Amino acid sequence: MSTPIAYFLVLSGILFAIGSVGVLVRRNALLIFMSVELQLNAVNLSLVAFSRMHNSLNGQVLAFFSMVVAAAEVVVGLAIIVAIYRRTRSVNVDRAETLRG
Amino acid sequence: MQADLIVFWVFAPISVASGIAMLLMRNAVHAALFLIVNFFCLAVFYLILGAPFLFAVQIIVYAGAIMVLFLFVIMLLGVDQTEDLRERRLIAQRPIAILLGVGFVLEVFFAVRAGIGFSRHAPAGFNVVNAGGNTQALARVLFRAYFFPFEVTSILLIVAAIAAMVLAQRKTSAITLAEQRAADRLAAEQAADAPSEVSA
Repeated sequence: MSTPIAYFLVLSGILFAIGSVGVLVRRNALLIFMSVELQLNAVNLSLVAFSRMHNSLNGQVLAFFSMVVAAAEVVVGLAIIVAIYRRTRSVNVDRAETLRG
Repeated sequence: MQADLIVFWVFAPISVASGIAMLLMRNAVHAALFLIVNFFCLAVFYLILGAPFLFAVQIIVYAGAIMVLFLFVIMLLGVDQTEDLRERRLIAQRPIAILLGVGFVLEVFFAVRAGIGFSRHAPAGFNVVNAGGNTQALARVLFRAYFFPFEVTSILLIVAAIAAMVLAQRKTSAITLAEQRAADRLAAEQAADAPSEVSA
């Protein structure tokens, strides 16, 4: 492999930054959630890159666990968004300002 | 220049561009489709990095299952939801967010340059680690050193499934917003009808 590991790490940082800006800028709860997914994927990329750098499979196992947790998180998060939509008739996060159920 | 470097330089701009495009899309469906492009690019990077099992999992779980779930919820909640980006509670939130993003990228760039440097290549011998196939090697690690965490993730998935059912179910006893509105409309119609009957 002739690609330096640092390229993957910087790319992972760029994708994470794009995800963070998305979380901060967007108002649609679904798009915020997609940006969080992008952040998770960026971190997974850095984990796999570190796994290659250290010649060890532990990083890949951690990325695998992170994917499992992301799947569980998406299920719960989308259910919460659907519940918020039922109550406020909107997916705009500014509308969900009361923390009451 | 070897093949994997060419593949990297083809797919890295695509992944960054699709991420930025996801950020700029007004329509949630378009944003989801750009995110799928991004996930496929990441899958290719996993392949370059010697993780073919994660390549398959990335496509099946992320680009397949999770994004289908996303698109399903977008369709359920209505794709014609307009997003009011002007409604801002904080002053200059968007420029500050972009500034923070650029700052984070620069920080990562200099940290990586100081930490491992841009000329350092991965050590040879990953074939030894992946002996007998990446999936088999991963299974050896997963089912020996990480067996207990692996079992715990099954509990996590069951808890998530139950939580989704609890959150998504309709409460039959409580009056929902739609029912309240329907009742209000009915009352208003009756109030409008009542005087006309009196006059007739």
